[in-house]
Amino acid sequence: MYKYDQYDQSIVDARVEEFRDQVNRRLSGALSEDQFKPLRLMNGLYLQLHAYMLRVAVPYGTLDGRQMRMLGHIARKYDRGYGHFTTRQNIQYNWIKLEEAPDILADLASVEMHAIQTSGNCIRNISSDQYAGAASDEVTDPRPWAELLRQWSTFHPEFSYLPRKFKIAVIAAAEDRAAMRLHDIGIELVRNEAGTLGGKIFVGGGMGRTPMIAPEIKDFVPAEDLLSYLEACLRVYNRHGRRDNIYKARIKILVHEIGAEDYRRQVEEEFAHVKTLGIDPPAAELERITAFFAPPAFATGLSDELDLSDPDFRLWVQQNVAAHAQPGYAIANISLKPVGGIPGDATADQIDLMGDLAERYSFDELRVTHAQNIVLPHVRKADLYAVWQALDEAGLATPNLDLISDIIACPGLDYCSLANARSIPVAQKIAERFADLDRQRDLGELKLKISGCINACGHHHAGHIGILGVDRKGTENYQLLLGGSGAEDVSLGKITGPGFDEDGIVDAVEKVTDTYKSLRQDGERFVDTYRRVGIEPFKEAIYG
Amino acid sequence: MGDPLSFRTDAAHEEPAVTLDAFLDQSNATSVRLEPDEDARALLPYLDRLALVEIAFPGYRDGRGYSAARILREAGYQGELRAQGDVLVDQIAFMRRCGFDSFAPEKPLDPAVVEASLARYDHVYQRAADATVPVWKLRHG
Amino acid sequence: MKILTGNDLPTGDVIWWTGTEWSRHVEDAADVGEEGESIARAEEGARRVNAPYVIEATATPEGPRPAHIKDRVRALGPTVRPDLTLKPADPAAGNWVI
Repeated sequence: MYKYDQYDQSIVDARVEEFRDQVNRRLSGALSEDQFKPLRLMNGLYLQLHAYMLRVAVPYGTLDGRQMRMLGHIARKYDRGYGHFTTRQNIQYNWIKLEEAPDILADLASVEMHAIQTSGNCIRNISSDQYAGAASDEVTDPRPWAELLRQWSTFHPEFSYLPRKFKIAVIAAAEDRAAMRLHDIGIELVRNEAGTLGGKIFVGGGMGRTPMIAPEIKDFVPAEDLLSYLEACLRVYNRHGRRDNIYKARIKILVHEIGAEDYRRQVEEEFAHVKTLGIDPPAAELERITAFFAPPAFATGLSDELDLSDPDFRLWVQQNVAAHAQPGYAIANISLKPVGGIPGDATADQIDLMGDLAERYSFDELRVTHAQNIVLPHVRKADLYAVWQALDEAGLATPNLDLISDIIACPGLDYCSLANARSIPVAQKIAERFADLDRQRDLGELKLKISGCINACGHHHAGHIGILGVDRKGTENYQLLLGGSGAEDVSLGKITGPGFDEDGIVDAVEKVTDTYKSLRQDGERFVDTYRRVGIEPFKEAIYG
Repeated sequence: MGDPLSFRTDAAHEEPAVTLDAFLDQSNATSVRLEPDEDARALLPYLDRLALVEIAFPGYRDGRGYSAARILREAGYQGELRAQGDVLVDQIAFMRRCGFDSFAPEKPLDPAVVEASLARYDHVYQRAADATVPVWKLRHG
Repeated sequence: MKILTGNDLPTGDVIWWTGTEWSRHVEDAADVGEEGESIARAEEGARRVNAPYVIEATATPEGPRPAHIKDRVRALGPTVRPDLTLKPADPAAGNWVI
């Protein structure tokens, strides 16, 4: 894992003092709310329905036990005993006091964490693959590259007042676990014919009001050109992205309106110029960062045997444990989706426990996933049973990874001032309807994603089944979408037709899964069947 | 309008800035004002005779002027580069890094706060239009 | 009726204008008639409230009921965490929101 040096620490420490000063100016009246708002937003502090909300960055979703326990400490000391893991691998706290926010940042800085650029029209937290460094299908660990981008994008003087927010994801595996092409910029690390690592660059993806899949803009950018190339991508956007309409201000609209070809031409022109400015660090910098991500000291010669005689443990292993590149090790997924619970929420005690387990069993590493779960990336198979027992005792061993109850849901109208409808109660009712695990496992991989408004924080466009909450004449109404995917088979869901009330949407989901069961062929996932038969049989079942 | 906050050693340039269209039409002007939607690169043939480029910020959220400033500095422009309009005190440090060296904010800024925010950060991560050495350079020489 | 709401500046708590001061409870909210905007400006200037705004509400025997569900959620708390609402002892309190 990356460790701050004196420079990183001094920048984060200075940020704490800067924000303390800004908060003091707000509390004293020197700053009006209009003036303060962009400043607090650049630091992830929102004013939500019930209080201030603070979003803390978890860079590329990686953290260690000490950092995780600090997140638990903050939940306990400054909030109401819990936190919410988000679809951008961050954590947010719902009950923050403005006057205490600087102290929280100081606590975070003491463990090399921050809330820098977790909101605002700037480059947000760089997201990545939660299996990085553990997956057998990756060409390299993407996180050193993500860290390079974190540093480059932090307090970037030219790109802090972009037309709109800007999200970048970096992956390095054929399987896309980070919804890479649904980001403003998606980078897939690949090797060229000479064996050199570089990035394949996709620009202009996103969800929100106008979902788009990012087209490929450049097939290969070597490490030594990466920052110049991104600088060119961002400069073209900063200069020419629309600023007349907030709903058309994301880079996807620019790329769509001028076309990928013209955007690419402009970027290439700008790159030819920017490359002469000496903004790319030397290769030694990426090497320095990469050294922090060297594989942990895995034991060799370990057995891959597992005692699966405990049936509950067996279920959990089958559903939540993924293959590790290293023999004798496994990737353990911790579901934050207990049936009837709130997707992504974890109590301070649960957060502490996960930190402890990481320290004891996973080379002191955890990951946050965009599906709002937690990963212990490097667990000895021989330790899995002990890990499972500890998780089970804490209510963290729900064996439902990628099943219909592993629902992504935004906070919705229970917390969020932008929301039009509640998301969490719908997630709870669906999970309860399908609570029977045999039934869920029979349905197989089924990614259900719920957003409480058009901004799509709940990734509804990318759900095999997506649900969008809208406000229909003052009452909550839910639209159903089918056929989306945020994985390597990326696609955007289609709306089935008129929306439903809260109970109606649960019934509609059940009709969809019943239809799938009646139509599926051997080995087909829900989304495969949908792609083969199209939307009509499902519409017929729902509305017919 | 407040007095320009100047970080230049020479005196502020007094000739009123003309619009880009007027500047391109008349060969003797030495000051020009760029609106956010105007292309800074249109000025590149004339950098030698320009003494002042004033870049307008009608709203603080519109960040196009940051790119305009860098483009001018990257092309070698040495004259005064002024940010005028809705310029907030907490934006001055980024603007300085993009090459602005004078400021004409619509609402006056507290000089003490300006000074404090410019002194806040000892280090920066990226090379920009100013002379600050990025940390990767400090790390590797 | 029209009522005035906002957030407490230092704590962020949801607050309601009672006619003379701010309360955490919507039951205490007073009809501000056409005075809402001017009260809001004065109170915001004095930093006794942050981001105030006037909303429509219905007078009921239990007190004002905000017209929009968003403000009813603000008045109670998250419906999915009854323990964190202003009425933790009343498991049916969430029904008031819907």
